[in-house]
Amino acid sequence: MILIHCPYCDEKRAEIEFAYAGEAHISRPVDPSTYGDEEWERYLFIRANPKGRHHERWRHIHGCGRFFNAVRDTVTDKFETTYKAGEPRK
Amino acid sequence: MSGFRLPTGGRVDRSRPVRFSFDGVSYTGFAGDTLASALLANGVMLFGRSFKYHRPRGLLAAGSEEPNALVSVDRGPGRFTPNLRATNVEVHEGLKAVSQNRWPSLKTDFGAINDRLGMFFPAGFYNKTFMWPRSFWDKLYEPAIRKIAGLGDAPTEDDPDQYAATHAHCDLLIIGAGPAGIDAALEAAGTNRRVTVIDEQDEAGGSALADPSLWQWLERSMKALNDAPNVTILTRTTAFGYYHDNFIGAVQRLTDHLPDDGDAPREKLWRIRAGEVILAQGAIERPLVFAGNDTPGVMLSSAAKTFANRYGVAVGKSVALMATHDSGWHDVFALAKAGVGIAAIIDVRDTVDADLLKQAADLRITVKLSHSVIGVSGRYGVKTIEIAHNDGTGIRSIACDALLMAGGWTPSVHLWSHSKGTLKWCDDIGAYVPDQPNENVRCVGACAGACNFGQGAVIDVLPTPMDQSRIKAFVDFQNDVTAKDIKLAVREGFRSIEHIKRYTTNGMATDQGKTSNLNGLQIASTALAKPITDIGLTTFRPPYTPQTFGALAGHAKGALFQATRTTNIDSWAEEHSAVFELVAQWRRARYFPKAGEDMHAAVNRECVAVRSSVGIFDASTLGKIEVVGPDAAEFLNRMYTNPWKALEPGRCRYGLLLKEDGFITDDGVSARLAPDRFHLTTTTGGAARVLNMMEDYLQTEWPDLNVWLTSTTEQYAVIALQGPNARKLLEPLVEGIDLSAEAFPHMAIREGAICGIPTRLFRVSFTGELGFEINVPTAYGRALWERIMAEGDRYDITPYGTETMHVLRAEKGFIIVGQDTDGTVTPYDASLDWAVGKKKLDFVGKRSLARPDIVAAGRKQLVGLLTDDPNVVLEEGAQIVADPNQPIPMKMIGHVTSSYWSATLGRSIAMALVAGGQDKMGETLHIPMPGKTHTAKISGMVFYDPQGARLNV
Repeated sequence: MILIHCPYCDEKRAEIEFAYAGEAHISRPVDPSTYGDEEWERYLFIRANPKGRHHERWRHIHGCGRFFNAVRDTVTDKFETTYKAGEPRK
Repeated sequence: MSGFRLPTGGRVDRSRPVRFSFDGVSYTGFAGDTLASALLANGVMLFGRSFKYHRPRGLLAAGSEEPNALVSVDRGPGRFTPNLRATNVEVHEGLKAVSQNRWPSLKTDFGAINDRLGMFFPAGFYNKTFMWPRSFWDKLYEPAIRKIAGLGDAPTEDDPDQYAATHAHCDLLIIGAGPAGIDAALEAAGTNRRVTVIDEQDEAGGSALADPSLWQWLERSMKALNDAPNVTILTRTTAFGYYHDNFIGAVQRLTDHLPDDGDAPREKLWRIRAGEVILAQGAIERPLVFAGNDTPGVMLSSAAKTFANRYGVAVGKSVALMATHDSGWHDVFALAKAGVGIAAIIDVRDTVDADLLKQAADLRITVKLSHSVIGVSGRYGVKTIEIAHNDGTGIRSIACDALLMAGGWTPSVHLWSHSKGTLKWCDDIGAYVPDQPNENVRCVGACAGACNFGQGAVIDVLPTPMDQSRIKAFVDFQNDVTAKDIKLAVREGFRSIEHIKRYTTNGMATDQGKTSNLNGLQIASTALAKPITDIGLTTFRPPYTPQTFGALAGHAKGALFQATRTTNIDSWAEEHSAVFELVAQWRRARYFPKAGEDMHAAVNRECVAVRSSVGIFDASTLGKIEVVGPDAAEFLNRMYTNPWKALEPGRCRYGLLLKEDGFITDDGVSARLAPDRFHLTTTTGGAARVLNMMEDYLQTEWPDLNVWLTSTTEQYAVIALQGPNARKLLEPLVEGIDLSAEAFPHMAIREGAICGIPTRLFRVSFTGELGFEINVPTAYGRALWERIMAEGDRYDITPYGTETMHVLRAEKGFIIVGQDTDGTVTPYDASLDWAVGKKKLDFVGKRSLARPDIVAAGRKQLVGLLTDDPNVVLEEGAQIVADPNQPIPMKMIGHVTSSYWSATLGRSIAMALVAGGQDKMGETLHIPMPGKTHTAKISGMVFYDPQGARLNV
C-alpha cells in the first residue's frame, strides 16, 4: 500500500485515506458553449494514459478532504511529488 | 521402515510425549516435533500422492519449501485445513492429520494409474487433448480432471474460527531470524530504533537450530534480544508479501499448535509499515534431477541434517548422498557423527577438496567421484540406488534406505522480488542474487548470496546412460513436472521462460517453485543453448507460502463484512416485523406484513392506506447536504440543470444533477432556508458521490465561490407522512407553523417545532398525495415516530416500506435514478425537459446535451408501458422487441425498468426505456419471456392523477 504525501496536511499517509480523481490539469472551460463537438469530446473523454510520468488528481477523502495534484510514475507506481490544486504543472 | 529416533540429540522435549494421528493411525512424538519429524521417527516415509501422476511421495525438505508432504489437519467441524506442509505442522496432543489426493487410501491409490499412463500425459496434455467437442469440457473433462488431479479437499462448512488483525509500525523490520537476521537484530538492539523481528518457525534460529555448535550463541543472542526493550520478536509469523513503501503483510499462527485453543483467535494478520527492511530469508537447497528422484526417502541433505540435529530423527539407517556440492558432504559427516549409517557418497565431480576426502576416509565412508545416481528402486521407500560412472560405464547398485541430494543453494529472493528489487546472475553459485533495491531494503546472509556456501558444480540433469525420453526425473515435485516436459516445451517452440513455465506449469504450484525454478531454468537454458541470463526469470508473487482466507478476511465476515447503516427508527421497524432490504449500505424496511400477509398483500394494503387515509414512512436515509454561503445559490445554479437563484427562501425545488457528459446522475428535492442557506437532498445511494462531485467542482473549478458543503445525512431523522389525512394528523402536533394550504403550499419548507422538537418541515410528496417530510434531530426520530403513530391511530395510520414507496411513485411516473436511469439517460430521454433551465447559459452537463449522439433520433427514452393483459406484471429487466416473430437473436429495442401491481388502479403498470419511445405512444411492443410473449402498449408515465389534483389541497 502506497504512502501519499498530502500537500495540505503535509503528511505522508496510507493510500486508503485517498481517492483517485483522474488526470490533472484539465480545466473546465469558462464557457463550454464556445467549444465545438471535437473540442468538447477531447475535454470530456480524451486522456493521456502515459507510460511513465503522469499528472493526476487525488483527494484526501478520509483526511482533510482536499483535492490535490500529483506526479506518479505509472510504471513504478512511485510518486515523484504532490502539490496543491491551482499550482502550476510540475 | 527407515526413519528412527536417535538415542540423543535434538531440541525436542523427550520428557513430553504427545499422541497424534495420521490417516487414523495413532503415533507418539515429542513436544517440539513437526508432523514430518514425528512421523519419520515412527518410520513413516510415505506422506502423500503427487498432483498429476499420483506417485507416492515422501519428504523432500524440512522447512516451508516442502513440495510433497502436503497434509490436511482436521480440528473439528469447519476447522479442516488442507494443503499444510507436514514440515510446518507442529505436533500436539490430539492432532489429527490426514493425507490427500488419494483414493481409497494412501498406500492403495486408484489414481496412480496415471503414473503408468505417464507417457500419455506430457506437458500441455490437457490443452491438446481435451479440446473437442467443446461442450464436453464443462460437463466431462474438467470435472474428471479436477477429481483426479488435485490437492486437499476444500472445507465445506463455514469457518467458526476468529482471526485477529493489527497494524504495526517500526523503524527496522528484520524478516528471518536465522544467524544473519539475529546478527542484524543484535546490532540494532542497542540503538533507539523500534525493531521488529519475524520468523516463520516456532522458534527463532533458522539454520542455527540444525547446528548444535551454535546453540549456546543462539541462546545468548535470543536472551539479549528478548531483554532489549526496543526489539519485538514474532515467531510462527510468515511474511507472505512485500508491498509498496515497505508495507509487509504477515500472518502469525496463534493457536494451531495448541491442543486446546480455547476461544483465542486462530491467526493474526499483521500489516507492518517499516522504515527499513532487512531480508534474512536464507537459502534453499536445490534438489538434483535424475530418474527416481521423487521416491519416498530421497530428500535434500540439509533436511536430513535438520531432522537429525534439530529433531533427533535419522532419516534412514543407511543413508547415501548424491552431491554436486560440498555442503552435502558436511551434512553427511554430521549425520555420521550423530550415529547414522552412511552407505556411500556419490559426487558427480571429478575432484573435490582433499579435506573432504580425508574426512570421509576417517569416517570410513565409501566415496564415488565422477559418478551419478541413475535410478532408485523401491516404490514406497528407497531400497537400492543404481549408480554409474559419468561416462555411462560401471553400473552398480548400492543398498540404502534414504538418498540425500546436495545440488547447491538458491538464495531465497522471494520477498526481494515482491519489492521489485532487481536480480543479477551469479555464476559462482549458479543462482540469481539481489542487485538493486527498489525500496529501503537490504538483504543479509544467505539470501544475499553473501554466505560461503562452499564449492559446487551446477548441473541441470545428472548424466545417465538411460534413454532420457523414457525416464521421469522430476524438476517440480508439487506440479509433477519432469525434465522431459521442459525439453518438450522447448522442442515445441517455447522460448521465453514465462511461456515455458505456463506450458509445463513448472514453478506454478503452491510452493512457488522454491525448489524447482532454478533447475527448470538450467534445463531450459541447455535445451535452448542460451545462457540463463538470456532466458529471464519468472516473477515471484505473494504469498510466499499459502495463507488462510480467514486470516486475510479477519473480522470482515458475516454481519461485519460490511457496515450496515440503520436509522433511529430502524429498531421500531424491527420490533414491528418489518421485512428489510439493503439500499446501498442502509438497511431499510421494505414492507410491514401483518399476520398471514405475503409481500403482495402487504404492499397492496399499504398503498391503499396511503391513498385513502395516511401512511408513515422512514425517509431518514435520504442523502442531505447543507449548502451555506453567499454564493450558495450561484453554486447550485451551476451544478443543477434547474434555475436556483430566483427560488425564494421557504420554497423547495426538484433538482436534477447531470455529470459533465450530460447523463443523469442524481436528483432530489432541495429547499432554500435563507438567501445563503440550502437544505439539499440526494438519493439514498448517491449522497457520498454527490458530495464528492460538488466538492470537486467547488475546490478545483470554482474556488472563487464562497460556499461550504456539509453532509447532514445522519443529523436528521426524516418521517414522511403521506395521504389525504396527513395535515389533519399533523396540525395538533406542530407549533409555530401554519399548515393551511394557503400558508404552506406544496413544495415549501417551514421551520418550527413538532411535539416540542425543533423541525425542518417540508411539504413535499413522492406519492402524489398531500404529504409532509418531517426532519428532526436524529436522536428524536423514534420518539416522534411513536408519538405520530399514537396520534394517527384515529386515521388508521399505516407504516409503509420502500416497496410501497416504489409503487406509489411509479403510479405518478416519478423516476428512481439508478433504476429507471442507467448512466446513459439524459433529461430529455427521461421526459424531464421541464427540469432543465432553458435560459441558463451553463450548468454541469449542459454542453453535452448538444452532443451529436445525444440529439440524434432513436435514443432510448423512458416511457410508460401498459400490458394488454392487466393482470400480467412484467419482470423488471425484461427485454423488449418490436416483432416477436423475427429470428433469434432478436433485435432488442429496450427493457423494462420498473414494474408493479397497482392496487389503486387495479392493474399492472410499468416503465421502460425504449428506442424512440416518446414517438411511439400507443404502439404495441412485445416482451418475450420463457413460455410466453407478453404484449404491452406504450403510454405516458403518469398513471394516476395526471393533473396533480390530490397534491394541491
